[in-house]
Amino acid sequence: MDFNDTPEQAAFRGEVRAWLADNAEPRKDRPSVSRRLDAEEGLILAKKWQNVKAEAGYACRHWPVEHGGQGRPMIETIIYDQEEASFDVPTGFFGIGLGMCGPIMAKYATEEQQARYIPPMIRGQEVWCQLFSEPAAGSDVAGLRTRCHRDGDDWVVNGQKVWTSGAHYSDYGILVARHDSSLPKHKGLTFFFIDMKSPGIDIKPIKQINGGSNFNEVFFTNVRVPDSQRLGAIGEGWQVAIATLMNERLAVGDAPPPDFREVMKLAASCLLDGKPALEDSAVREKIADWYVESMGMKHTKARTLTALSQGRIPGPENSIGKVISASKLQNVSSFGADLMDMGGVVTDPSLMPAAALFQQSYLYSPGLRIAGGTDEILRNIIAERVLGLPGEIRVDRDVPYSDIPTGS
Amino acid sequence: MNFDFSDAQKALKQQTRGFLRAACDTTVPRRVLENADEPYAGELWQQICANESLGIAIPEEYGGIGFGYLELCVVAEELGRAIAPVPFSSSVYLATEAVLLGGSEDQKQALLPKLAAGEAIGTFALSEGPGQATEANLQTTLKNGRLSGTKVPVPDGDVADFCVVVARDGNGASLAVVDLGADGVSREQVDTLDPSRSNARITFDGAEAELLGESGQGWQLKNRVFDRAAVLFAMEQLGGADACLEMAIGYAKGRYAFGRPIGSFQAIKHKLADMYIKNELARANCYYGAWALSTDAPELPVAAAAARVAAIQAFHFASKENIQTHGGIGFTWESDCHLYYRRAKLLALSIGSERVWKDRLVSGLQEEAA
Repeated sequence: MDFNDTPEQAAFRGEVRAWLADNAEPRKDRPSVSRRLDAEEGLILAKKWQNVKAEAGYACRHWPVEHGGQGRPMIETIIYDQEEASFDVPTGFFGIGLGMCGPIMAKYATEEQQARYIPPMIRGQEVWCQLFSEPAAGSDVAGLRTRCHRDGDDWVVNGQKVWTSGAHYSDYGILVARHDSSLPKHKGLTFFFIDMKSPGIDIKPIKQINGGSNFNEVFFTNVRVPDSQRLGAIGEGWQVAIATLMNERLAVGDAPPPDFREVMKLAASCLLDGKPALEDSAVREKIADWYVESMGMKHTKARTLTALSQGRIPGPENSIGKVISASKLQNVSSFGADLMDMGGVVTDPSLMPAAALFQQSYLYSPGLRIAGGTDEILRNIIAERVLGLPGEIRVDRDVPYSDIPTGS
Repeated sequence: MNFDFSDAQKALKQQTRGFLRAACDTTVPRRVLENADEPYAGELWQQICANESLGIAIPEEYGGIGFGYLELCVVAEELGRAIAPVPFSSSVYLATEAVLLGGSEDQKQALLPKLAAGEAIGTFALSEGPGQATEANLQTTLKNGRLSGTKVPVPDGDVADFCVVVARDGNGASLAVVDLGADGVSREQVDTLDPSRSNARITFDGAEAELLGESGQGWQLKNRVFDRAAVLFAMEQLGGADACLEMAIGYAKGRYAFGRPIGSFQAIKHKLADMYIKNELARANCYYGAWALSTDAPELPVAAAAARVAAIQAFHFASKENIQTHGGIGFTWESDCHLYYRRAKLLALSIGSERVWKDRLVSGLQEEAA
């Protein structure tokens, strides 16, 4: 066992660190730049940063050269991400595109399409979104209702998507729609990539409980999509969608703050019964719990990285990450506000410890327990795929989609 | 980055698992549990001695085989999985470590070869009854080389040949080695939550004892011994937690209710997923603790505390929810569920409770930050 980089990895890490120091600001104890700015300003900065990164050869470094990557081992991308996490750089706009859309285009699109669409994606010039969820198809995404039918060389799409991150600033998107309601639900789906500026697309932002709008509703009214933009065969949409979700970026950075460190800092400065809260045993027990969870995730990632750097496929242990980190963030935020006692309700950053980081994360953390697989779905996945427990009894699997009860 | 055991260490783990599967299925801890005259599984202990497992981490110059702590960790994990009813933790994690850390050259030469060969069983005595033992409230005294006071519970204290005792002398807390067969020592088995691992009440009435380490430095030395032992106990707890999860999965797949396996209900699935999550958190912290132990890293106190806390939580949760998954049958004496439930609490309280270790963890973090 050792935690050291190989000499080659160490050299690369040193190079990355030096480059970041020259090109970015270290992270400070306050909300990151992406949370301080509104989406419009943030996007401009993020596009600029992504381009700088791509020019330097650090964006999608492990992707093949013909797709605009550097053809380097995955571990270098991970080392870059680890180092970048200590810097306050504008992010959050390209995760879907580079994490899901790029790999699925690389697998299913034609060579010409790949040459046209993937390089601008890497350079941050074109932003992509993913159009899977619907009002009546959240965890049960295969139950989606958006329809498509063939009309000459085109398909015509009608329906509604929801929870689409960044639809309003995206140039392209990937979409699953139902071409045949008489087939069982998983078999009647077809997959496309679409131009988000197409006529008939109407985008409305969703206002979240934290007041922000990171997601949208997207309405389709007779939107025409060329058949050449179909990814996979007609009726193969579910398999393509599953392949897309499998590509979710390996989360290797630390969970977003606040975490035990921020609670410790806060508890050292807040008084409880006239003494620093950090001396209180109930506070100490909580800090210990969160430390154990944080380090458990960190070292679990180290196990995953070990597998990757030895060229092995990582085990299933990484599946615990989001279940732990989302709830921890919610609990840490709530507890941080509690430590401020009556004053903990104030959200004005100029008045609050850590510029109201605890209060802000109290309001956005519930979303993390839902996005990208709810806590409940993730536990189902662990139980079925990792522990080998029997699948759910499905009452909707082998019947025509049109016969499935909808409750409405 | 190589955060994994080596192939040779994994092979040792498989070999140990295979050995224990044959030599220590659950009928063995059950037999010890049900039989007050059998304080530990003697035949199994002889086999473990013959396998040279006791001296894995003891240097060759003291009669061990000098492998290292990662090897000891994988053996500990398998002993935990098998809930082996033997005095391994007392003799290896506690007595051996105390002698290695605090012993004079003469003491090491005298004690370690015997511990390595299994010719002597050692143990360690801190607790003096209900309540947290602290340097300030120690009642056992060491005066002019004589020990007086009562220690309870002392793990394997009824069968051990010698004991390292935490006692108060003129300079504060000190450690002393005492021969448990000596005059002035009386001992009796005490009933505990887990009779598959015996414990004793030992009374010292002027028993002859020899200082281990410096007088007045005993509490610090005890802490260093416990930091090292904490990682090894945690590996045992991890093994036990994994055994509970496997048992619960097996039952949930085979038990039918309402016309389907109970493992197809989300109430059970999510419970078992939570067990898996806690076990993986414990595993990650334990492996890191194993690394810190094997390299004697400055991170050891915090890493050991984190491993200890995570492993206590994982084994406790897995052992209680394993009973729950089994339903009524899990509450019967005949079911093996209670063997793990008992062991989980025994291990959770050996070398100090979860609360004590959480406090040590945060103190360690404060020291790191300072």
